Amino acid sequence: MKYILMLILGTFFGIVLYKSEAASWFRIYEMFHFESFHMYGIMGSAMFLGVIGVQVIKRRKMKDLYGEVIKIQNKDKTVVRYLIGGTLFGLGWGLAGSCPGPIYVLIGSGESSMLIVLVSALLGTLLYGVLRKHLPH
Amino acid sequence: MNEHNFILDPWPWYVSGPLIALVMLSFLFLGKFFGMSSYLRTICAIGGAGRIADLFRFNWKAELWGIFALVGVVCGGYIGANYLSTSPAIDLNSKTVERLELAGFESPGAAYVPAEIFSIENAQTPKGLLFLSIAGLLIGFGTRYAGGCTSGHAISGLSNLQRPSLIAVIGFFIGGIIATHFILPLVL
Repeated sequence: MKYILMLILGTFFGIVLYKSEAASWFRIYEMFHFESFHMYGIMGSAMFLGVIGVQVIKRRKMKDLYGEVIKIQNKDKTVVRYLIGGTLFGLGWGLAGSCPGPIYVLIGSGESSMLIVLVSALLGTLLYGVLRKHLPH
Repeated sequence: MNEHNFILDPWPWYVSGPLIALVMLSFLFLGKFFGMSSYLRTICAIGGAGRIADLFRFNWKAELWGIFALVGVVCGGYIGANYLSTSPAIDLNSKTVERLELAGFESPGAAYVPAEIFSIENAQTPKGLLFLSIAGLLIGFGTRYAGGCTSGHAISGLSNLQRPSLIAVIGFFIGGIIATHFILPLVL
C-alpha cells in the first residue's frame, strides 16, 4: 500500500513537472537569463504555501498516515558543502536544463538522451560517495 | 479553433507552484521527505556501491518507496506528454527566442527541449555525448555534496526555513548563472 501511494504521488508530481514546463530546458535557460517570471512564480508560490503548511504541521504536531508525528530533520549547520555542492549542481542544472526530478520526467516523456544524463548523474553520486572523506564539508 | 483547455494547455505558475507544495506536504503525510536526488543514492546502493563507499552502506530495502516514487515520476512524464498535452511548444519570452536564434538554434521553443542538445543524433556525437555526461556528473555529484536538489533544498528545505538550504539555493543560482551566461555560449 505504501508503495502504491508513492507510485501515485510520484506520477502526480511527474505530471505537474511536465505540465508546468519546469522540466523544459528552455524554461531553465530563460529563468537564468531572468527573462520570465514563470519559474520564479512556481518556486515562489510552492515555497510560500510550503512554509505555511510546514509551520501548521509542526505547531499542531500533526501525524502522518501511519500515526507517527511528522518530524523533519534539520540540515547540518555548515556552509562549505552547500555552497560548493550547490554551485556544482547549479552548473549541471544550467547545462542540462534539468534537476533530478525533470530527468525522470523527460525519460518518461520520451527523451531517450536523458538516459545518458541519468547514468552520469548516478556516476556523479558514486564519485561523491568515494571522494566524500577527502572533501571539505 | 484554438479553444482553451485548462488541462491540455500548459499549466500557469499559480497552479503548478501550489500543486508542488501539495506534493511536498503529501510526502510528509506519507512519512517521507520530498527529495528527488536521494533516489540516485538508493539506486547506487541497490547496485552494490556499498562495497566501495560507506555513503551507500545502508538498508536500502527501507528506501524502496523512493524507487516507486521515481517510477511514478517517469510515468507522470509519459502521461503528461502523451495524454495531457496537445503541443510540446514552450511560449518563451521573445528576447529568449532571439537570443537562442542568435546562438544558432532553429525554432527555439517549438519543442519541449532543444533538438540541438537532446536529439539522438546530437547525443551520438562526441561533443553532444560529452556535454550530456558532464552535465549529469555535475548534477549527481553536486546534489549529493549539497545534500539535496531543487526539491530537497529549494522546496522542502526553504519551506522548513533551513538556512543551509538557502545557502544551497544561492549556490544553485551561482552555478546556473555561470553555466547559462558563460559556459553555454562557448559550447553551443
